[in-house]
Amino acid sequence: MAVVFQKTKGLTDTPFHYCPGCTHGIVHRLVAETMEELGVLDKAIGVAPVGCAVFAYEYFNCDMQEAAHGRAPAVATGIKRVHPDKIVFTYQGDGDLAAIGTAETVHAAARGENITVIFINNAIYGMTGGQMAPTSLIGQETLTTPYGRKPETNGYPIKMCEMLSTLEGAAYIERVSVYDVKHVLNAKKAIKNAFKAQINKKGFSMIEVLSSCPTNWGMSPNEALKWTKDKMEQYYPLGVYKNTLEEEK
Amino acid sequence: MAKVLMKGNEALAEAAIQAGCRHYFGYPITPQNEVTAYMAKRMPEVGGVFLQAESEVSAINMVYGAGGAGARVLITSSSPGISLMQEGISYIAGAEVPCVIANIMRGGPGLGGIQPSQSDYFQATKGGGHGDYKLIVLAPSTIQEMAELVQQAFHIADKYRNPVMILGDGMLGQMMEPVDFDILKKEENKIEEKPWATTGMGTRNKRNIINSLELDPQILEKHNIEIFKKYQKAAREEVRYEMTNCEEAEIILVAYGTIARVAKNVIEIAKRENIKVGLIRPISLWPFPEEPFKKTKDHVKAYLTIEMSMGQMVEDVKLAVNGQKEVHFYGRVGGMVPEPMAILEEIKKIRGKK
Repeated sequence: MAVVFQKTKGLTDTPFHYCPGCTHGIVHRLVAETMEELGVLDKAIGVAPVGCAVFAYEYFNCDMQEAAHGRAPAVATGIKRVHPDKIVFTYQGDGDLAAIGTAETVHAAARGENITVIFINNAIYGMTGGQMAPTSLIGQETLTTPYGRKPETNGYPIKMCEMLSTLEGAAYIERVSVYDVKHVLNAKKAIKNAFKAQINKKGFSMIEVLSSCPTNWGMSPNEALKWTKDKMEQYYPLGVYKNTLEEEK
Repeated sequence: MAKVLMKGNEALAEAAIQAGCRHYFGYPITPQNEVTAYMAKRMPEVGGVFLQAESEVSAINMVYGAGGAGARVLITSSSPGISLMQEGISYIAGAEVPCVIANIMRGGPGLGGIQPSQSDYFQATKGGGHGDYKLIVLAPSTIQEMAELVQQAFHIADKYRNPVMILGDGMLGQMMEPVDFDILKKEENKIEEKPWATTGMGTRNKRNIINSLELDPQILEKHNIEIFKKYQKAAREEVRYEMTNCEEAEIILVAYGTIARVAKNVIEIAKRENIKVGLIRPISLWPFPEEPFKKTKDHVKAYLTIEMSMGQMVEDVKLAVNGQKEVHFYGRVGGMVPEPMAILEEIKKIRGKK
């Protein structure tokens, strides 16, 4: 009988620990499938973050290093400079990438560091229990913005794709979401492009994935996906922000 | 290669290259800037990587990545920069990644100054970052020794899968002396296989994971005990020290690094006044050498620890002497270097005591 669907070799057999309705599992699978399809699993080295995805090294079926808060792009830089022909990626949340690790993110992109960054933006700190993230929306209630995020006291949400796409070293920058099948498939395409940019030694690539956090948003999984679509996507428009791959065509 | 006249910082860099180090990550800070400049020029010549990071925080995490990926990797900085690196150093020790870190100390606390100091002794030998861990800390007192210890440091780092720190000071980094690279121990430059490193799985059937996270307290305790067994082995096998004129000395000076050179002058000056002074020079600051104190405690009147700090190593000297003899301290700070005549005055004061 023909096999029409099976588990990707890019993931180990370890069961995910993520909350019901969390989209980390989908994104893990997309990254893993991409590496399998591109045939790079045997030469991939991943960098796991802190936060909800802290156990990413248990799930991706390749060599992995665990980084400190926000430092994943620096750790990935060190690895890539030792193994320029291996495929090096980081997997980071918004607190990790856009707050404590802003400098590491910006400078890895500015150097055109030939790595791929998967950026999970769910507009909240998940692992620590729901505090404000640099990407939390104006008005969003979190543990540390109990009256809603106010620009005059908490500043404005950071748009990482827009910011990084101004840098010469950035090769491929795209924002996607995973709230329905169509968008999941598009996210897969984007992640593949990001890895292709690295394989073709184009420079820094990042895919921002608008993701849901039903637990800390206090919503059902369905409500959370709807909120991602209706609220997050308004402030964080989907699309390709930089693409040097196209220049080849 | 015959003897060459080199600055301490340059000798440090060249010795690392000769030890097979091909990856250097750093960030400029005085008084160790010659290292970054030297590496920027030399690394491309030997097919290596020089990268100026955006901060010390990034630089040490690049070292963590590169060391985890199997490279011999060096990072250098000076006091305030080393403070910024403590987060990464704790992770590197926790994840058991080898690397060599050099601290060319300057005065502190805070921004302090740019003149030589030894006030990071506690930070280097007692932790600095969070958690139970140890650095193996080596303190050269000449530029030749700087080169030799850098090479040994890479060997020791690989042997224990642990960061090794070279603790120098601004004077040692800036002064020039002849260095002979030919006499360095070449067998220690041999880099052994690192089957644990993240190199991509290739044909390996097991994934390599570099990590310091253990949420299960029982497993984390086991990890802590395991790495301490390693430190106990280092405490037995990596003790290094030098004893000068100690056999009949009534007063023994205890000093490391640059100040040990001043102490040797004091020995000569004291001789002229018929005062028998000796010197114990710890070369490994951790593990701290206790043997020379056991060997000398019967005939010595007192120990005098001299440091460019408010008194840090003196605590380890007191532990080693364990109350059996007097331990005195003399120090200068702020970038001031203790002068021989001032030290001699201290010796006379101690002798004068009933």
